[in-house]
Amino acid sequence: MKLAPRFALLLATAAVVAGCAPQTSDNSSSDKDDQSGTLRVWLFQEVGNDPKAKVVDSVVTAFEKAHKGTKVDVEYIPIDTRAQRVKAAFNDPKSAPDVMEYGNTDTAGYVKDGGLLDVTKEFGAWSEAKDTDPTAKKSVTVDGKQYGSPFYVGVRALYYRTDVFKDLGLQPPKTMAELASTARKIHKAKSDLYGLVVGGAYTYGAMPFVWANGGELATAQGGSYTSGIDSAAAQKGIKAYTSLFTSDNCPAAKCAVMGGNDTITAFAAGKAGMAIGGDFSHSAVEAGKVKGKYAVVPLPGVASGSVAPAFAGGNNIGVLKSTSHRTLAVDLMEQLTSKATQASMFDAMGFLPTFTDVRDAAAAKVPFEKPFVETLAAGTKFVPASPGWSEIDSSLVLPTMLQEVISGKKSVAAASGDAAKKMNSAFSSAG
Amino acid sequence: MRTRTTWTPWLYLAPALVVLGGLLVYPIYQLGLISFFQYTQAQVSGGEPTTFKGFGNYAELFSDSQFWQVLLSTALFAGACVVSTLAVGCALAVLLTRVRALPRLVLMLAALGAWATPAVTGSTVWLLLFDPDFGPVNRILGLGDHSWTYGRLSAFFLVLLEVVWCSFPFVMVTVYAGIRAVPSEVLEAAALDGASQWRIWRSILTPMLRPILTVVTIQSVIWDFKVFTQIYVMTNGGGIAGQNLVLNVYAYQQAFASSKYSLGSAIGVVMLLMLLAVTLVYLRLLRRQGEEL
Repeated sequence: MKLAPRFALLLATAAVVAGCAPQTSDNSSSDKDDQSGTLRVWLFQEVGNDPKAKVVDSVVTAFEKAHKGTKVDVEYIPIDTRAQRVKAAFNDPKSAPDVMEYGNTDTAGYVKDGGLLDVTKEFGAWSEAKDTDPTAKKSVTVDGKQYGSPFYVGVRALYYRTDVFKDLGLQPPKTMAELASTARKIHKAKSDLYGLVVGGAYTYGAMPFVWANGGELATAQGGSYTSGIDSAAAQKGIKAYTSLFTSDNCPAAKCAVMGGNDTITAFAAGKAGMAIGGDFSHSAVEAGKVKGKYAVVPLPGVASGSVAPAFAGGNNIGVLKSTSHRTLAVDLMEQLTSKATQASMFDAMGFLPTFTDVRDAAAAKVPFEKPFVETLAAGTKFVPASPGWSEIDSSLVLPTMLQEVISGKKSVAAASGDAAKKMNSAFSSAG
Repeated sequence: MRTRTTWTPWLYLAPALVVLGGLLVYPIYQLGLISFFQYTQAQVSGGEPTTFKGFGNYAELFSDSQFWQVLLSTALFAGACVVSTLAVGCALAVLLTRVRALPRLVLMLAALGAWATPAVTGSTVWLLLFDPDFGPVNRILGLGDHSWTYGRLSAFFLVLLEVVWCSFPFVMVTVYAGIRAVPSEVLEAAALDGASQWRIWRSILTPMLRPILTVVTIQSVIWDFKVFTQIYVMTNGGGIAGQNLVLNVYAYQQAFASSKYSLGSAIGVVMLLMLLAVTLVYLRLLRRQGEEL
């Protein structure tokens, strides 16, 4: 009886050999390049989406005016379910949009899935593209080719409580060592506050510590990547970050499970003296108890006055390979990410522009953005442009490493060694 | 004449078999099929050609030391859940037969409430009850800001409580119905002979309820082996450094979140075979004792 299912499997294998492979969709690029018709666009649905929609609408109206006979159909898709929507779009080109917004860490994965159109030629010929911030350009680049245009960037910096610092006579930390000692001073004086709230699952909060110490996530070697998370410099950074998970700052029992959002929630609720948050966390903090009682400085690096390299998050806009309106779609992509659009998008939503000149102009207007722009100017880092990265990200390789160290299950050397092994196998299997 | 008698039942069964075949066999066939290919998002959307890997996915799975670790903790955790659920469910079923109408009604309603609560909601509420900062449990027990989800065993224990809470009602209601069907003279005779409640349960109810207990045990084994929501919600996707991973969450994390559908299918096939084997062995054991389900 127990043999029956195995037998069925053997039958299935036989059927496979006979040639019925699982279904795949034909997602080869369309040869058509219609000069009129309807263009479908997918953009992310933000919390408080109206200002974004307004800017997009004006771009679309101008675009439709400039191209007779074209109609642009914009749809805002929920961020939570975007992964499924995009997969479905790749699987069924008929229901796919022509142009879409996507998270910049997804670039390499989407390229491997065969979903994004190579726009290297158009991007190179576009006059505005030369002012694009190099890290932002890197985030649309895979193997030297561009697969979209950067839409906005997001970086993290150090939020701190001005009232607490004043009470205790503290100054914003100038070095990473000072950051740790300041955090401990805060917790010692006010035991109900985390000094610096940190999270064991907060990868992008931990990475600046690795980068500031000279470590790298991975290095490119002839088309493939090799993990650098177990290098001596990276281990120093991991040690610096994980040593903050102690009872004199942020107890491991509570902080080891936290992710980025949890740390921001804790800071906004007035439970922490400092936190590592993004320019995009502004509204969440404003909505909390600490409104009017905080300020932001760049996260300090190892040397006094230096800035720890931050992760350059953000979104891009790309054209899908299956589009039948290639020329129009690429043109619309450029209009949606142009200097003018990004400038008004900053005014409407606070999204930091990807063009250095536009960004500087924007920061001059809004003082809150200054530390973030300084952080960007000091140089940012990006995740490896390999499809292996999405696997590393979704199988939680780095949070696992951090939590193993924090909970004392493994030493820094052992945990980072294991993580490096997992990363390398993901890079090599992704090709 | 002979052929007609052998074929007639099949003819009558045909409609049901067609439906079952479509709903059961075809998905399992697809599952098995995919598990022999390199089949990720890139293959589904046509970015790369589909390639036949033979037992490659299975080899990858079996050579992953974490898989064996997760398998072991899943088996132990599911075992503990099944035993606790059955113990609580049966004890309360017996209690139901002993109390008056009003308390019985209250207990029934409470149990049905637990049963009807969606797993995500139940898990979130339990987590809140045991929250280190705001949870009432720590306040009542005077544990300060003790975190229940930090330690491996304590996190598993917390999830076990939730699993038992939301699955004992099924056992309780089923067993209660079974006890009600037992002729009251038998129980009365035993009571007159001076048998204790435990003795009645062990020597009279258990043998008489065996078919029902078999069904609830198999059901519980299958449910608890496949537990996903509770672990995913309560330990934040597998606990600190993955210490609370169970097979289903592991499959989700390793395979579906990374769109490695073929590896996910291989895990699915392995789980299917294991559950099938457990069920068959259990049924075989029962049959050897001369009982028919």
